[in-house]
Formats: sequence, structure tokens, C-alpha cells
Amino acid sequence: MPVQRSEVLPIRAEDDVVRVRQGAREFCVAAGFSLVDQTKMVTAASEIARNTLIYGGGGSVTIELHAEGLRHGVRLRFVDTGPGIADLEQALRDGYTSGRGLGLGLGGARRLVNEFQIDSRPGDGTKVSLTRWK
Amino acid sequence: MERIPILKMGPYLLVTIQVDMHDRLAMTLQDDLTERISKTGSRGVLIDISALQMVDSFIGRMFANMAAIARVLDAEIVVVGMQPAVAITLVELGLSLPGIRTALDVERGMAMLGKSLAASTLPTPGDDGSGEGDAGPAE
Amino acid sequence: MSAHSDLGITKLVSARQQELLNGWIEAQLQSTNARPDLISRARLEEQSREFLQLFSRALDRNPSGDIRDSAWDDVRAFLEDLSRSRGTSGFSPSQTAAFVFSMKEPIFRAIRDTNGTAPEQQFEQVWKTTELIDRLGLFTTEVFQKGREQVIQRQQQEMLELSTPVVKLWDGVLALPMIGTLDSARTQVVMESLLQRIVETGAEVAIIDITGVPTVDTLVAQHLIKTVTAARLMGADCIISGIRPQIAQTIVHLGVELGDVVTKATLADAFYMALQRRNLTVTRVRR
Repeated sequence: MPVQRSEVLPIRAEDDVVRVRQGAREFCVAAGFSLVDQTKMVTAASEIARNTLIYGGGGSVTIELHAEGLRHGVRLRFVDTGPGIADLEQALRDGYTSGRGLGLGLGGARRLVNEFQIDSRPGDGTKVSLTRWK
Repeated sequence: MERIPILKMGPYLLVTIQVDMHDRLAMTLQDDLTERISKTGSRGVLIDISALQMVDSFIGRMFANMAAIARVLDAEIVVVGMQPAVAITLVELGLSLPGIRTALDVERGMAMLGKSLAASTLPTPGDDGSGEGDAGPAE
Repeated sequence: MSAHSDLGITKLVSARQQELLNGWIEAQLQSTNARPDLISRARLEEQSREFLQLFSRALDRNPSGDIRDSAWDDVRAFLEDLSRSRGTSGFSPSQTAAFVFSMKEPIFRAIRDTNGTAPEQQFEQVWKTTELIDRLGLFTTEVFQKGREQVIQRQQQEMLELSTPVVKLWDGVLALPMIGTLDSARTQVVMESLLQRIVETGAEVAIIDITGVPTVDTLVAQHLIKTVTAARLMGADCIISGIRPQIAQTIVHLGVELGDVVTKATLADAFYMALQRRNLTVTRVRR
């Protein structure tokens, strides 16, 4: 599906997480998402952006607006060159039911979007892709 | 440094969050509020989030922490005005924030605080006419 | 045959524009797709002239014929307008597309009649031109379909809103009577509108009555529970009423945890409870 618009945002400091939220919101509005869908996407973006900053040591996100005919979507592709996640299975399972503060937020973010992809290898950084369709 | 203002409203404290908070700001709020509750001895806090368009897991857990800390300081927190989109998203995230009291708006939040604080306030001497004396520490 | 190489007809189209226009208008009038009842000759000529000008200009700016390129924005905008207005007038999508397709004949004739072009080159030009005009013709069909889809979406939305109204039972008490089979999508939409109404009316109690729902599956049950939880986060309480015995069995059988979601057998019971929660009571009038 063709990318109509895209923007790259750095994730190097806490303020950047706020900018990622705003960027995601803007693209979701452009795609015509309902308020609930916008909020889900922005929240998922916030979770992953935080991960990228805190566990990934910083990185960036590419926000893309996809449009083909009536079908509109927003995709966020996060990338960091941090330590990577050793046990992906575990990380995806650790939602918030574990209650402790270290949940990586991946499970939660996954539930908020239509398509979720993660590529992470110890020593090789992490790539996360979040997509929502209208 | 950027801070979220905490206002005194009669016997209660009122926090109105109107900005998109980054983690540091949220932690500062937690510290500020804890100190203010302690300093003023206030027993009720209203956190108005009607302007918040997003609450993620970090902020959600901050509210839960705040409620727990406040309880230890003998105060109660009521979060008011959560927007439907935010509520739906939090539930989807798996955060139902069980320990937190909520109300539709500040007015109702105050009524809620009034009721529950009246129920839990220790009677002061002479209050009830029966002259029970000080409700002090057990002998 | 790359889509990015020059079609080779740019000069031809601009130099012989009037001749092409005449040929094209004739072709449209003679065609079986003609609708003289829906469009006057004058209007047809006007539309054709304008389109040919835009077409020529676009070819000039981007001779490759990639209609998604910005050079073709004006052409696409014109076709969108045309497709919509013709659709509204009563043209079928094919008849609208025929506006574009009938351009082929005059252009092919012009290519054939141009001296000095080798047959292979002529073939290339004809082939690439047919691809370009096909794309443009299909574009009008897509616009037509988009319009229909928008109408359907709007109607679906209206039906959804009509079929599950949120009603006010009393000051601060809302009820959502659900009727018929619930599917996941419908339940989700309805729940969102309930939460929205709670905020709008400041209702502290919402009763979700499912007396009229014959069966409930896990997904729907989970949506119901999520709605109750979300309402609580907002500061309102939900009561689920009218659970039929079969549904009660299904819920237990599926292992759905109701937790502390309040349920009442009938809407009446739920209403009574709602009144109590608001410190209200019903008394008989003494005469």
C-alpha cells in the first residue's frame, strides 16, 4: 500500500516521547481515525517509544500514512540499537498482570493495534512495527 | 522546571492536568503531591484529567501509586473526568486501576470525598454531646 | 515496457488538439454509451474540451503517463468531479468510463496518420496510449465505487445508531436496551456510544439490558465486561440486566469471569437499584 506521507522522529530524550505521541496523533487524524482508534494508536506509540528510550538506549521512529482508495492506515516503525530482548516470548507475555513496574508494555501495545511486528536479537537492537487501519 | 500546579480548594487539593506529560513531569507531580498532602494534612485530592487525551501504562501506574501513597498519608484520591476513549484504551491495555476511586467530574468527586471522609473522621471531644473525651492512642 | 518512459504522443496531442477534440466528441455522440437524455451536446463539448486541455498539459509535464504523479493531479481531480456528477445524474459507471475510453479512436487515427513514424514505433505509441487511457477510465470507475462505499458506510452507521438507542430512564440513569444477536463489531460500536452518552449526560448509572439478546459468545461477553470496567474508570457504574438462563449458562461454561460486575435478572430490578444508588425512592401518592 503506497505511503502517502512519512516523518522520522528521533527518540533520544523524554520530551521526544511526547513528540512521538503528537506525531502519531496527527497522522491518525489525517487518516480519518475515530477518536478511540486515535487514542489506542497514540497510547501504543507512547509505550513503544518509552521502551525504545529506556531499554533501547534511544533510537527513532518513522511514522507513515498509508492510503489506497478508501483504505487508510498509519504505521509506526521503531528502531533502536540497544541490547535487544533476550526472551521475546516472555516479554510479550508480561503484560500488566504481573503488576510490577518492569513490564515492557509490548503485550499491551500489541492489543491496541491491528498489526504488530517485533524483531529483536540480543546485541542487535530492536525493531517494532505498529499498524492500525481505519 | 515545568510543574503541574496543585491548588488548595477548601479542605481538598485539586490538580488539573492539561498537558501531555512526559515521564519526568509525572514523577515530579507525584513528589509534589506527596509533599503537599503531607504539609497541608489535606485528606482529599481531586485529580482532574478531563483534558487528558491519553493515559498510558506509566501514567496509569503513577495514579495507582499516588492513590496508595495518599492512603498511607490518610488521604484519598479521586480521579475525575476520564474521557471515554482513554478509559477504553486503558482497559484494553489491561489496566483497570482497581485501587483508584473515580468520578465523572470535580463536583461529584468532591461529593464523594465529603461522604467518605465524614464516615471515616474520628469524632472530636464534645462533638457528639456524650463527652467521650479524646480519641487518642490506646492506653 | 516500462511505465516511466516517454509515450511519445505529447507533441501529437498538443499540435492536433482541435482535430482530436472533434473526433472524440463525434465518437462519444455515436457511441451506444451516449446519454443525450442526461447531458446536452454543449455540456459534453465543454467537458471534452477541458479534459483534453488538462490531458495535454499533464502529458507535457510528465510524458510517462504515470497518472499518480503530481503532474496528473488536475486530470484526476477533473475525473473525480466528472465521475461524481455523472453518477448523481444517473450515468452508469461504464457510461462514465466511456467518456475516457472513446478518446482512443481519434488518438490512434492520429498516430497512424503521422508521417515518418516507423510501424514498431507506432505500435509502441498505440500500446502505451491504450494503457494510459485504460488507467484513466478505470480511475473513474474507482471513484464511482468509492462514492458508493461512502454511502453504504453512512447508512450502516445510521442503522447502528437507530437500532441501539441509549435512553434516559431518570436523572442520571441511562439504559441501553440491546436487541438481537450481538456481534463483536456491533457491540464495540454500541459500547463506545454508551460511554460517550455517559459523559454527555453526566449519568452515574447505566443499565445494559440484554433481555432481547438470544445468545452471547466469549468475545461479546468480554466486550460487555470491558465496557463496565471502562465506565467505572470514568466514574459511572454499569448494571447488566436481563440475562437469560441460557446466557448465564454460556457465561459460566465459557469461563468468563464477571468479577464484580453487577447483574440483575430484570431491567426493573436494575432500575430499582439505580434509584437506590442515587438516593431516590418511589412513593405512592396519597389522595
